[in-house]
Amino acid sequence: MNIDAHESALSTTAERQVVTMDAGATPSEDWVIVTRGIRRDYDMGGEIVHALRGVDVAIKRNEYVAIMGPSGSGKSTLMNVIGCLDTPTAGEYWLNGMLVSSKDDDELARVRNREIGFVFQTFNLLPRATALHNVELPLVYAGVPSAERKQRAMQALERVQLADRMDHRPNELSGGQRQRVAIARALVNTPAILLADEPTGNLDSGTSQEIMRVFEGLAEQGQTVIMVTHEADIAAHARRVVVLRDGRIASDTRREAFAAQIAG
Amino acid sequence: MPLSEAIRLALQQIRVQKLKSFFTLLGVTIGVMFLITVVSIVEGMSKYMEEDFVGKLMGINTFEVRRFPSINIGNTTDEQWREWTRRPFISESDARAISAVLPPGTLWAANTFATDVPIESEYAKQRKLMVFAVDGDYFEIKKMEIANGRPLASQEMATGALSVVLGEEVARHFFPNVDPVGRAITIAGTRYTVVGVAEKQGSVFGFSLDKFVVGPLHSPLRRVTHRPGFTSTSVGTLAIQSPTAAMMSESMEQTRATMRSRHKLRPAQADDFDMSTSKSALAFWDKIKGYMQLAGVALPAISLVVGAMIIMNIMLVAVAERTHEIGIRKALGARRRDIMNQFLTESATLSTVGAGIGVAIGIAASKIIAATSPLPAAIAPWSIAAGVLTGTVVGIIAGIYPASRAARLDPILAIRQE
Ligand SMILES: Nc1ncnc2c1ncn2[C@@H]1O[C@H](COP(=O)(O)OP(=O)(O)O)[C@@H](O)[C@H]1O
Ligand SMILES: [Mg+2]
Repeated sequence: MNIDAHESALSTTAERQVVTMDAGATPSEDWVIVTRGIRRDYDMGGEIVHALRGVDVAIKRNEYVAIMGPSGSGKSTLMNVIGCLDTPTAGEYWLNGMLVSSKDDDELARVRNREIGFVFQTFNLLPRATALHNVELPLVYAGVPSAERKQRAMQALERVQLADRMDHRPNELSGGQRQRVAIARALVNTPAILLADEPTGNLDSGTSQEIMRVFEGLAEQGQTVIMVTHEADIAAHARRVVVLRDGRIASDTRREAFAAQIAG
Repeated sequence: MPLSEAIRLALQQIRVQKLKSFFTLLGVTIGVMFLITVVSIVEGMSKYMEEDFVGKLMGINTFEVRRFPSINIGNTTDEQWREWTRRPFISESDARAISAVLPPGTLWAANTFATDVPIESEYAKQRKLMVFAVDGDYFEIKKMEIANGRPLASQEMATGALSVVLGEEVARHFFPNVDPVGRAITIAGTRYTVVGVAEKQGSVFGFSLDKFVVGPLHSPLRRVTHRPGFTSTSVGTLAIQSPTAAMMSESMEQTRATMRSRHKLRPAQADDFDMSTSKSALAFWDKIKGYMQLAGVALPAISLVVGAMIIMNIMLVAVAERTHEIGIRKALGARRRDIMNQFLTESATLSTVGAGIGVAIGIAASKIIAATSPLPAAIAPWSIAAGVLTGTVVGIIAGIYPASRAARLDPILAIRQE
């Protein structure tokens, strides 16, 4: 099962077309994410680290994509760029038909708020705030009035079966519950994409399964999900697997083919 | 983020770290406390000086003619002093001459006084008090109401009757539990009859205004108030009250001209007498007030600058400690201005709370000072508003640098910091 050998072989013609269009060409509506030649260099005191060396990827609405690759291959860097937490050194990033790679700080903050739900490995909840308040936060910055905020935050907590824990603070919750609060927070503003960077990395295997079922359920309901993982069995839940190596896409595989590979 | 949310967060922060907040707020609290206290003392003294001092000691539309000024600020040179002592005393004939030229309706009163005059009655042992020997419209000009009995009649003034009016405290001392009116009181060995007791006058700077005895100038009291150099018609002060404020300056000019001609002064010579109004009596107060207001600004200003620096430092520490939180907020969509506002609100709220505590302590301190010392205090409502507002402004200024540091943090680097 040598995944890396299949260099982008399985990405569709349509994908190849949209990523290789002329720079500046707006992708059609089907594409929620299109990157063209994304590079991200870090200047480490004179020495340049090339975290991404030209990533072309196109993701359609409702896709469930797993990103894999060895440690240091640029998975988190790519997620940060896609999540608008970071801006690429070069290349184009189109999100929902918007060219976000040229946006400034505050515009990116707005995009993060409206279009993106981010789930981190380390949960990143506010320690002193209740589960409900943590989930409300994106709505606070969206300017949603407090009564509606509360109601929507409760609904989001219900989606992850945590409505009964809304008054608990993170230190009163288990790891799995914390991650579910984080997922509710990521979903509360109905984002275009749900990003998760190794969301089960800090959880035991039983809890990991539980969290994966949450993501799967969301994907089934039509939520676009992009998830970084280094575990093949977790990646197996996704319908598409993108493998990074040294800041480049080493392979991009559909579920059927991936399953076949594991089997054969 | 809405303001109410930011304020709630800031108050939560104060509750969580009570001790730290206490030290953070100390500078602003002390600054505002000084502001309130100094302002209320200045206000209190102003009120005293401008209402009580003028009203009780001098009277409205009134000016006084004296040999030389009774209230001085600053040093008097030896030469000045020698010139003063060479001046003639004011006399009863001056009073008559002046009242003759002034318009009808003008009141006048002449008086001399002595302190430490031995007084006794049948009911209490001897006590040394201040005694005034007066003539003219003394009670009207002083606006001295008589609570019990009557004032001295003009007949008594003219004949120098052995009648006196007592201050409220004097009456209480010499006639405990008996009505003083009609009873005898012995002043410097002479028996007088009490005809009235003045209404309570209160105090100025802790000095009671109710310890006095007033009798006719032409009675034997005049001998008691005799000063070296006095002739048989000399008086200490001549007070003149115009019927209206508008007539006062002209009356003063006429008085000056009359006095100068009586003293046979040539045009080049300066006045050899003093004329003062309540305004000129207050000139010295204006000077003191100026210094106090300066202190009222300088003391709080120093504390507030120190307070602002403490708050700025604490806020920088808060930004460093909460970098992770800032990262989370930015990742979830907080813009620079949201983070900026959060920390500005926090620092302004912190500082305003400090200022509020300062206002409370300042009010308490003013009341304590007023109650335990002769210094009066009147809390100025504007100073409370100014104190609280100052706190808010100091907080905002102190918060700008830390808040902008927080706002500029990179979300990824910030969120990695635990
Ligand atoms: N902020 C940064 N500064 C410098 N180098 C970085 C930074 N973030 C990531 N890198 C480097 O970029 C490369 C890719 O990192 P990352 O995207 O975190 O990999 P992965 O998530 O796949 O483990 C690594 O070599 C890493 O050291
Ligand atoms: Mg990573």
